[in-house]
Amino acid sequence: MTSLPQNRTAKRLGLVIDLDVCVGCHACVISCKEWNTGGYGNALSDQDPYGGDVSGTFLNRIHSFEVVPEGGQIIGEAGDARVVHFPKSCLHCEDAPCVTVCPTGASYKRAEDGIVLVDEDKCIGCGLCAWACAYGAREMDLAAGVMKKCTLCVDRIYNETLKQEDRVPSCVRTCPVNARHFGDLGDPNSDVSIMVAERGGFDLMPEQETRPTNKYLPPRPRTCLSDSAPIIPLAENTEGARGFFAWLDKTLDRI
Amino acid sequence: MHPAFSIILFTTLSGLGYGLAVVLGLGFLDPSLLSTKLAYLASLALIGIGLLSSLLHLGNPQRAWRALSQWRSSWLSREGVMAIATFVPLTLNATLVIFTDRYDAILGLIGVLGALVTVYCTSMIYASLRTVGSWHTRLTPLCFILISLAGGLLLAGAFAGGNALMVELLALAVILLALIAKMVWRNRATTLVPVSTPESATGLGFIGKVRLFERPHALDNYLTREMGFRVARKHAAKLWVVAFFFGAILPILTLLIAMAAGSGPTAQLVLVAGVVAHFLGVFVERWLFFAEAKHAVMNYY
Ligand code: SF4
Ligand code: SF4
Ligand code: SF4
Repeated sequence: MTSLPQNRTAKRLGLVIDLDVCVGCHACVISCKEWNTGGYGNALSDQDPYGGDVSGTFLNRIHSFEVVPEGGQIIGEAGDARVVHFPKSCLHCEDAPCVTVCPTGASYKRAEDGIVLVDEDKCIGCGLCAWACAYGAREMDLAAGVMKKCTLCVDRIYNETLKQEDRVPSCVRTCPVNARHFGDLGDPNSDVSIMVAERGGFDLMPEQETRPTNKYLPPRPRTCLSDSAPIIPLAENTEGARGFFAWLDKTLDRI
Repeated sequence: MHPAFSIILFTTLSGLGYGLAVVLGLGFLDPSLLSTKLAYLASLALIGIGLLSSLLHLGNPQRAWRALSQWRSSWLSREGVMAIATFVPLTLNATLVIFTDRYDAILGLIGVLGALVTVYCTSMIYASLRTVGSWHTRLTPLCFILISLAGGLLLAGAFAGGNALMVELLALAVILLALIAKMVWRNRATTLVPVSTPESATGLGFIGKVRLFERPHALDNYLTREMGFRVARKHAAKLWVVAFFFGAILPILTLLIAMAAGSGPTAQLVLVAGVVAHFLGVFVERWLFFAEAKHAVMNYY
């Protein structure tokens, strides 16, 4: 059924991504591809992997943005212009348009935890769901001809053959700086919900009215380069030099 | 958006076929004439070829039947269901006319309704997508339906060979209406302020202006190929002139010439030329419909 589930529970499993600490290392991109190419559904194929026109299917990608405040075109002059690394995978939207457009019933949202999945045996590869997703979270696998998307590692998080600490999404487990967190965003007392409340976590493109489950934590404010400039002693200033350096300073001045 | 040939061909051909089916279903043409019988066949063939070509872009066309299951939520599914359901009255109608020279008004009107609803469903596939601002308007279904009717009337006029003044007059009026609707549509599309920006897409607008520093990958991916196709602005402007000239101006001229020439082979020939021009014009219009459309995901690229 590609209508959204009517009897949704309060459980909303998803990710919280911390834009303050992501260093853009792409480790989660690789671990996601590695886990999911051997896991749920068809493999994540690559096209022309060793040729000049490499491309492939990924469920998670890292973009890097440059954010420049008003008047901050010259770095360090005003505000704090900065580079923000931006991981992006499916947001498991509550009002997922990718689900309702699907003609076959292949795309669905689970009533019990809100995970959005594709039943690849039903998918005809029409691509309409990828058109409906504003976030670019769905990619057609060109080898299998079916739609691929983040599964929230549904084959890990409930997998009792894994050790407890591994029962989180592959990307979360891998991230070397803990920029990705997994949990129940429907429970206001969960670690992720508390983190979102404390840090002011936000939705991406709220105007698309998809009500994403995943939240992003904003980069923390930083001290401006221009503010920290006076702290750095100026090399020109030799006042207060003593002993050998005072003698050297005077001697060199005389030359 | 990437202008997939099979989808453009599908919407153009089936639009023309359904437009013709509407004119035939309304009983404008004399069922005893050979040309009318051919028109019935042509309408079924156009719709059929269109539907088949729409299967070409699927990753797994052998499962296409599954697309009929989700009519409760999906416009694409509704379109499939309506297309198949409409085939029943259209085929029955054609059979009656071809073999018994009889036009049945009730059956005809059911076919008309089915054809219009199917074109509406096709257009709603696009109009329902919030991610593509230029499509997300009621003007999109209006344009699809008017263009389909304009083509159908013109084609019916060509089959009648100047013997159906009523059809020719209607064709003239509907082509003009379609032209106006499309101009309003395009004016809206070109002046549209996008609802989503790189700032809203990243949530980083509170710091400042956001621009891409590095893509996730060095080369293209499915998303940039599928959603990122952009037609050069200078070419788009020229192509619009081509679409308007071939899709509306030439057909209007041919209709006027045909009406002046009365009935006969001259009128028929001129009208056939008008149909060909119209088809080319609509094809270019559809190509631009996709190629010019900007998808919200490109805020990340
Ligand atoms: S992020 Fe895209 S694919 Fe994921 S649920 Fe939302 S609309 Fe669907
Ligand atoms: S590509 Fe597959 S999952 Fe997506 S809308 Fe088409 S059938 Fe549904
Ligand atoms: S949750 Fe799993 S599938 Fe989704 S991005 Fe992370 S690793 Fe990939």
